[in-house]
Amino acid sequence: MLIKQVSVFLENKSGKLSEIISILGENHIDISALSMADTADYGVLRLIVDNPEKAEKVLKQQEIIVKVTNVIGVAINDGPGDLAKILKILKDNSLSVEYMYACVGKIENSALVVMKNNDPEKALDILSKEHVPTFDVKDIYRV
Amino acid sequence: MAIYQKHIECMPRQEIKKLQSERLVWQVKRMYENVELFRQRMDEKGLKPEDIKGVEDLSKLPFSYKQDLRDYYPYGLFAVPMKEIKRVHASSGTTGKQIVVGYTQKDLEMWADCMARQISATGGDENSFVQISYGYGLFTGGLGAHDGATRIGATVIPTSSGNTQRQIQTMVDFGSTILCCTPSYAMYLGEAIEEMGVKDKLKLKAGIFGAEPWTEDMRAAIEEKLGIKAYDVYGLSEIMGPGVSYECEEQKGMHVNEDMFIPEIIDPDTGEVLPEGESGELVFTTITKEGFPLIRYRTRDICSLNYEQCKCGRTFVRMNKPTGRSDDMLIIRGVNVFPSQIEEVLLRIGGDVTPNYQIIVGRENNTDTLDVQVEMSDKIFADDVKSIELVERKIKDQIRSVLGLGAKVTLVAPKTIQRSEGKAKRVIDTRKLH
Ligand SMILES: [Zn+2]
Repeated sequence: MLIKQVSVFLENKSGKLSEIISILGENHIDISALSMADTADYGVLRLIVDNPEKAEKVLKQQEIIVKVTNVIGVAINDGPGDLAKILKILKDNSLSVEYMYACVGKIENSALVVMKNNDPEKALDILSKEHVPTFDVKDIYRV
Repeated sequence: MAIYQKHIECMPRQEIKKLQSERLVWQVKRMYENVELFRQRMDEKGLKPEDIKGVEDLSKLPFSYKQDLRDYYPYGLFAVPMKEIKRVHASSGTTGKQIVVGYTQKDLEMWADCMARQISATGGDENSFVQISYGYGLFTGGLGAHDGATRIGATVIPTSSGNTQRQIQTMVDFGSTILCCTPSYAMYLGEAIEEMGVKDKLKLKAGIFGAEPWTEDMRAAIEEKLGIKAYDVYGLSEIMGPGVSYECEEQKGMHVNEDMFIPEIIDPDTGEVLPEGESGELVFTTITKEGFPLIRYRTRDICSLNYEQCKCGRTFVRMNKPTGRSDDMLIIRGVNVFPSQIEEVLLRIGGDVTPNYQIIVGRENNTDTLDVQVEMSDKIFADDVKSIELVERKIKDQIRSVLGLGAKVTLVAPKTIQRSEGKAKRVIDTRKLH
């Protein structure tokens, strides 16, 4: 299943990150995973939440730049070489990984990784054919 | 050269003032009744139409801005019901969203008079062949010149713009005597005429060129290439279109059609009216326009007014060619930079980049620094840093190629660029603080 990730443009001004988190909190939106990519001048905050549509709406109302993108969640066996194997499957199907980050979830003996591919639908399709377990938002613990 | 409406164009100064006073009082009253924004601004200042008794009260009135036209787009500032509006024109300007202006039948007649005065001042009459190579359409240039040439009774040759070869063929075959177009197109035509070697077949005597800034050097080049006298015409669609002011054979400034427009020169920073002859921002009040009147409209053009009697006999005040915009030139590392150049770069990059920018000039280790901040938009934002950097790089490269200057470009959150009275503050020059 595709996961809708909410990305937010952040100017690196102190307080901006906590502002976003509190807007979501005030609107009872739960955050399951987050990651931050940043440079000296700005950052991109990526969030997995329980209600991405609502998150997009409330953030936009505050004139914050938001984009919802499709990502996939991959459960990686807690064993050596498993991530390498998955990456190879993707590469062999000309799928690239733009970025990925880990989160904490309920699937036993697995590390959960959120992954952005050039073609998320195709990636999901191929991984399921190769019996690589994927996960959904409800499988991730809240932050 | 003939004076088209001598009784108006050569009116004694006191009479002009009297006429302007009457018309201003009329205009303020009807605008207060019919234009919501104007009424609000009057109320904010605690002014009633009765407080305005003549031109001496002009400076009490609130200013109006180009942003107003965008805020009330398309018809929100019109002062008559739409059934009275007989034509609209629009201009995209330099900042994106187009603005719309409307004319009643009487407005169109007055505009035709403005252009007829201009054509007459260049020697045009019913024996002239006026070739109009301005674009026809929403742009005011084509139809504005067309109506003026028609008013004077000339033979109109409505070629519109483009297709240079055919323009020149038409000019030769139809015997055009007056050419109306932009100065840059006149230059281009002049070069093509030289290449085709047809200069001696032309009957051209005069050209009326406007709608963009041009220099005296360009005038000399056009006059030489086309074998004509080149006249400058000033106008802006917000006020009327071409013909707000016009040059006479003296070529020493453009006479403002003061029976229709009152010009003022103000300090662009304080809004104070400047003493006669000083250079500042040109402001216009339209005192006859019915459809879309404006009070104290800030043109952002920088020029001065000359009230000396002109040798041609006209008594209308003359404005010199605007030397620039009020949000004007910066000198950065010895390079002249106009904020509008940055704006153009952003517009040229295309749809996804907003022209909401701010230029921050500073000084580090005795070297000027140039920072350009551009507001991020939903469309540019992808969720990776790489694509944001790509947009920044693109803007930076364009600035370098246009200005020859390296700049630090940063995309910032929307609405973070400071605005005052609805207008974004484009330039912060911290060098002035030291
Ligand atoms: Zn004159």
